[in-house]
Amino acid sequence: MIQLADVSYAYPDSGRFVLEHVDLRIEPGTITGVVGASGAGKTTLAKILSGFIPHVDGGQLSGSVVIGGRDLSGLPLAACVSQVGLVIQNPFNQISGARYTVRGELAFGMENLGTPRDEMASRVAEVAGLLRITDLLDRSPYELSGGQQQLVAIASMLVLRTPVLVMDEPTSQLDPVGTRMVFGVLSRLRGAGTTIVVFEHKPELLHAHADRLHVLAGRRIAASGSPGEILSDPRTDQWGVSATRYTRAARLAREQGLVPAEAPLPVSFEQAAAFFGWSARTRPPSPEDAR
Amino acid sequence: MSIAIEFVDLHFRYPGGVEAVRGVSLTVSAGERVAIVGENGAGKTTLVRHLNGILRPTSGTVLVGGASTRDRSIAQLAAQVGYIFQNPDEQLFASTIGADVEFGPRNLGCTPSEAAARAASALATVQLQDQAGLHPHHLSPSERKRVALAGVLAMQTPVVVLDEPTTGQDARGVEIVAGVVDSIAAQGRTVVAITHDMDFCAEHFDRVVVMADGLVQADGDTRAVFDQVGTLERAAVEPPQLLRLAAHLGWHARPLTPAEFVDASTREPRDLGTRVD
Repeated sequence: MIQLADVSYAYPDSGRFVLEHVDLRIEPGTITGVVGASGAGKTTLAKILSGFIPHVDGGQLSGSVVIGGRDLSGLPLAACVSQVGLVIQNPFNQISGARYTVRGELAFGMENLGTPRDEMASRVAEVAGLLRITDLLDRSPYELSGGQQQLVAIASMLVLRTPVLVMDEPTSQLDPVGTRMVFGVLSRLRGAGTTIVVFEHKPELLHAHADRLHVLAGRRIAASGSPGEILSDPRTDQWGVSATRYTRAARLAREQGLVPAEAPLPVSFEQAAAFFGWSARTRPPSPEDAR
Repeated sequence: MSIAIEFVDLHFRYPGGVEAVRGVSLTVSAGERVAIVGENGAGKTTLVRHLNGILRPTSGTVLVGGASTRDRSIAQLAAQVGYIFQNPDEQLFASTIGADVEFGPRNLGCTPSEAAARAASALATVQLQDQAGLHPHHLSPSERKRVALAGVLAMQTPVVVLDEPTTGQDARGVEIVAGVVDSIAAQGRTVVAITHDMDFCAEHFDRVVVMADGLVQADGDTRAVFDQVGTLERAAVEPPQLLRLAAHLGWHARPLTPAEFVDASTREPRDLGTRVD
């Protein structure tokens, strides 16, 4: 389990708190989404969850960050890294530059953690297969497209088999096919017990894959709930969170008095099909349609 | 000012041997707004990088404003084609955001005061006017993308090329980018955008070009292209959310926006809306 209690943070020499009094509890073996506007502190929270704050970035961190029963601030960075894998927002910066091939890049983290050599090879092969980058293994990480680099960055964390994965916009460079594949892999890892925290803007994906969403706004957790609850909340605009087109169309239909005001708003395709198909049937949508 | 662009049987092969564009012929009229869609590796970025001369045809011709790009330098083309890269860090370099945005107009021969005025106006359009004095690296990647957008706006080029403009943008960022696309188009300037965001594409572009394997697979009016389900599937492109929903509900209408969708919902025959289990 991950537990943040009363966490506040200011970057070095800024004196301005980016996060204030954040309380957050994340259950093991779940996919948790964190949403919020740009500048709400998502990247900062990702770094706190992985120990990069305060170990690398410094700054003024208060409160406690407990992962697997241990407070990260009391652990050396090397111990944090073996607990939590962080996939950073810009894949161009995740590549270490220490190795000449994708294969070497993927093994780099394991070399630092002392993984036996033959196990390294089998983990690289397994993860490359999962993310469909086997054909890139002998190429230079620098001659790849943005989407391919992003898959390599994700793979470089998956090979470490950390119990927790923190991913800051892991699909920003990917097309819809690649995006779905990555979330499919994350769902499999969750099934195997990995705890995944993903910072992501795409509402359809979050609804399909996340167990729970937390909204970062006003330097704190402004709301928490199921993806259906959060993404259909009337405050999404105010939070800077994207609603699906299904939700937007349903809101508009409700504003125009075309559907009962109490009808729960759809988030997914299936819910929208029920919502907009309702008048052809005999009853208005019930809460079960949208939850 | 408004000009057309044209690709005539364009082929492009990278030095490594990959032929990324394999014979594309495409005309974009002056003032049109065209979205190019397709999966990673379809050749979209390779195609549009010919518009500002970063890439030169292996064979075939690219015409900007009726003249071939072959004999024009990148600097000459920059006066006509503004290009926003997928990764903004490839194009931001000055020590302040304001200076970065002024650089383009200064290079095109604007006076310092005119360049400053254009930069201020462009930064206001992307809602970063209060950040003009900061170093670009004080901004998030999505804000840096908006700085790059402002830089191209300030150049007031007749053609604007956007590579993945909504990537990483939050809800407000997408709205700002959409507002910029609408206003550029309203000024009669030609807009070509590459995007994976089909909903954004449906709401802001008149014409869609689908690419796969270095070739154009479909091209036409947005509504008509998104109705070519088989072609889209082969190109790994998923139609916009509301179009998919309307088709699933058995509607005749192909709504592109929430407003069109809600409007259509009041007109569609109800007995068709029952394909829901």
